[in-house]
Amino acid sequence: MITARYWREMPQRYRYEAGKCVKCGYVAFPPRLICPVCKAREFQTVTLANTGKIETFTVIRVAPSDFEDEVPYAMAVIKLDDGVQVTAQVVDVDLDELKIGDRVRIEFRRISQDGEAGVIFYGYKFVPA
Amino acid sequence: MSGLVPCQACPLPLRIYPSEEIAKIWGADAESFKRGLLLREKSVPAPDQDLITMSVEAARHALKRAGGLDPKELGAIYIGAESHPYAVKPSGTVVAEAIGATPDIHCADYEFACKAGSEAMFVTLGLVQADYVKYALAIGGDTSQGAPGDALEYSTAAGAAAFIMGREHVVAEIEHTHSYTTDTPDFWRRDLQHYPQHGGRFTGEPAYFKHVTSCARALFEKSSTKPGDFKYAVFHQPNGKFPQRVSRMLGFTQKQIDQGWLAPTLGNTYSGSSPMGLSAILDVARPGDRIFMVSYGSGAGSDGFIWKVTERIVEVQNLAPQTRQQLEHKPRYLDYGTYAKFRRKIRKAEKV
Amino acid sequence: MRDVAVIGIGMNKWGELWPSRIRDLYVEAALLALDDAGVDKIDSMYVGCMSSGLLVGQEHLGALMADYLGQAPVPATRVESACASGGVALRQGFIEVASGMSDVVLVGGVEKMTDIDGGSTTYALATAADQEYEGFHGVTFPGLYAMMARAHMARYGTTREQLAQVAVKNHENGAKNPRAQFPFTTTLEGVMTSTMVADPLRLMDCSPVTDGAAAVVLSTVEMAKKLKRHPLVKITGSGQASASIALHARADLTWLGSTEAAAKTACKMARCTPREADLFEVHDCFTIAEIMVLEALGLVEKGKGGPATAAGLTALGGEFPVNASGGLKAKGHPVGATGVAQIVELAEQLRGDAGARQVKGAKRGLAQNMGGTGASATVHILEVES
Repeated sequence: MITARYWREMPQRYRYEAGKCVKCGYVAFPPRLICPVCKAREFQTVTLANTGKIETFTVIRVAPSDFEDEVPYAMAVIKLDDGVQVTAQVVDVDLDELKIGDRVRIEFRRISQDGEAGVIFYGYKFVPA
Repeated sequence: MSGLVPCQACPLPLRIYPSEEIAKIWGADAESFKRGLLLREKSVPAPDQDLITMSVEAARHALKRAGGLDPKELGAIYIGAESHPYAVKPSGTVVAEAIGATPDIHCADYEFACKAGSEAMFVTLGLVQADYVKYALAIGGDTSQGAPGDALEYSTAAGAAAFIMGREHVVAEIEHTHSYTTDTPDFWRRDLQHYPQHGGRFTGEPAYFKHVTSCARALFEKSSTKPGDFKYAVFHQPNGKFPQRVSRMLGFTQKQIDQGWLAPTLGNTYSGSSPMGLSAILDVARPGDRIFMVSYGSGAGSDGFIWKVTERIVEVQNLAPQTRQQLEHKPRYLDYGTYAKFRRKIRKAEKV
Repeated sequence: MRDVAVIGIGMNKWGELWPSRIRDLYVEAALLALDDAGVDKIDSMYVGCMSSGLLVGQEHLGALMADYLGQAPVPATRVESACASGGVALRQGFIEVASGMSDVVLVGGVEKMTDIDGGSTTYALATAADQEYEGFHGVTFPGLYAMMARAHMARYGTTREQLAQVAVKNHENGAKNPRAQFPFTTTLEGVMTSTMVADPLRLMDCSPVTDGAAAVVLSTVEMAKKLKRHPLVKITGSGQASASIALHARADLTWLGSTEAAAKTACKMARCTPREADLFEVHDCFTIAEIMVLEALGLVEKGKGGPATAAGLTALGGEFPVNASGGLKAKGHPVGATGVAQIVELAEQLRGDAGARQVKGAKRGLAQNMGGTGASATVHILEVES
């Protein structure tokens, strides 16, 4: 039962909320308690850019148990337009045509579920921009 | 004045050719299906899409169309569907949280076969007119399921449309509404059953046609209008043929229904059907146009609406992708095997 | 700080060891190491293990192993740092002896990986990444390293063949190692046509799922000299460093900063540079990893790991022999055991006991072990006294 663990991350997974260091401007996603750059401890909530480009990617063919039915699927490190990098799936795309530098935008999708009877996990994926 | 502020549909890029792919598997006569139901293709949700994800996307676009309306101004969110991902636990809370409309908001999920979406529209309009809430979000959509080999499998599709109702910044004013309801068991799904059941040809005359025409005629009478007074008309679209036939029965022309007649390439999106048709109409409507809309939900009932388009429509039409553009944007076609896998129609081993 | 010697080494044959329980694996390797050292009394012991909870449903390995080794009530501690668990356990043992807290310490590493199905193993390993921001999205370890590989290829022109060359070389070495899980040779074509796992990485780019354990006995140099059973092998440098847990949080996806930092610390202690080592056991969990480690250790320039491998720089007879044991690729990768097994290999090589894969005249060896996508790294330098 990982309901609480999922619920806790909703601001990030649903609304892409990050913490911006009030002192040096570092954007922490997910939010942190102390800035890794300047050690300040005050952050303001900001929303991540919803478009970006693919820094690197792979197509997963051997998946963890919860994702076995989804193969093959693309995973990428995406650099958002505000400079923050995130890891997520890239969907609605021809896997053979994916390349570094492709522009993508965020969409709200199902990520996985806690078994057939458990909570459904939603979050961000990316689609071609 | 109250009515629609903006609206947005969320059609999907995945498609299947029902007559070719589905008829081939089940040994049906493809040509007669194509002719009989006027269904060329239908949308299919990707495995990571469901009513909730479609609703979030449609709602986000609707907010964009509303010129960046602060989601905190929404006083209610109602989602109508028969494919809520949870049997118990609201879809609306996920959507409200994702668009940033929580926590000061009323939320409920509706179910009334294919008219749950228009039901949400009807109730949100009422709340706005009563001045209970400033703005309210109504969503109709479905990832509808048809049993393998059943006639429904040729039409069941996925899509959703979101509408923001309010008294300010209205793009389509509500002039009249009417609802027509009887107990008519033409289509149902019992608790814990995976696929719906239906009464075959009983779903036609005593069900769809009776309710849609009765609701429409009551609406004509209430508003003292006739088909010629409307630029556009849109009806529930269980297939391509029914809305065409019902519009003729009521005296509408093909030209009046064409813009909102999405079924031939979209399929039947159940609670999303006539709402998505309305969305496609509002993409092109001009100020002053009147729109006639009647939904249908098995069980059975119809909700009717007469909308009058305002001057503001032209300002919002290009703020987000339009319904038919989305529908035509790079569709990808599936074979039946992939479709069956995506729709979880293949029996897998129990997890140990 | 006192000098620390490796006085005993032990490792069983690795593979899919169906009859063995996790406690048997550890105890077998520990007994081999104790026998090799000629001691039966220890002051304390460590167990490096990544994920026994998910893999076999057993935690609390310190006490379990002490009990089954017949060493209770000695202090017994489990150390976890993902795939660097073994290296970090070794460092703890090293610190304990060097500090004067203990004179004889047993450090073992173990992993029993074949008791669950493949998807569950993939999941367990993926918990070494950021579970909420990488794992949640369906990423796997081959997937993360594949993304590093693609970034490296795009930035430096590293080729598919160069990646494959790492596997070919390590299997060539592994074929000479009687304890290796896969002691066979392979070809570039064999690697490049193997099953795709996470594009561009194929099955033969990946280290396998393995049951196995390795153990070493550490002691003071005085005690080693008194025992006099083997040439005196000392740990002269130990370094450990960390980096962001998530790959995406790093500015440069092609650079292993923690390995660079750990090497710096270890080399400073050993008063040498990595290039002065005669052989290297490095963490080739995937072919790209070995290439990136060569760069992080400064054996080659940034981006030149691929061409250097293809040119034979890291082959058994090359300037910098890397993974004479066969590496994780051929020897196997029971994750918690790997960092300790690297020390077993270096000690055996420095003693001159490595048989067909012996690096001739090896006096100094370097072991690099890492966890996750390099969020944890250890570097140890071993030297033999002539």
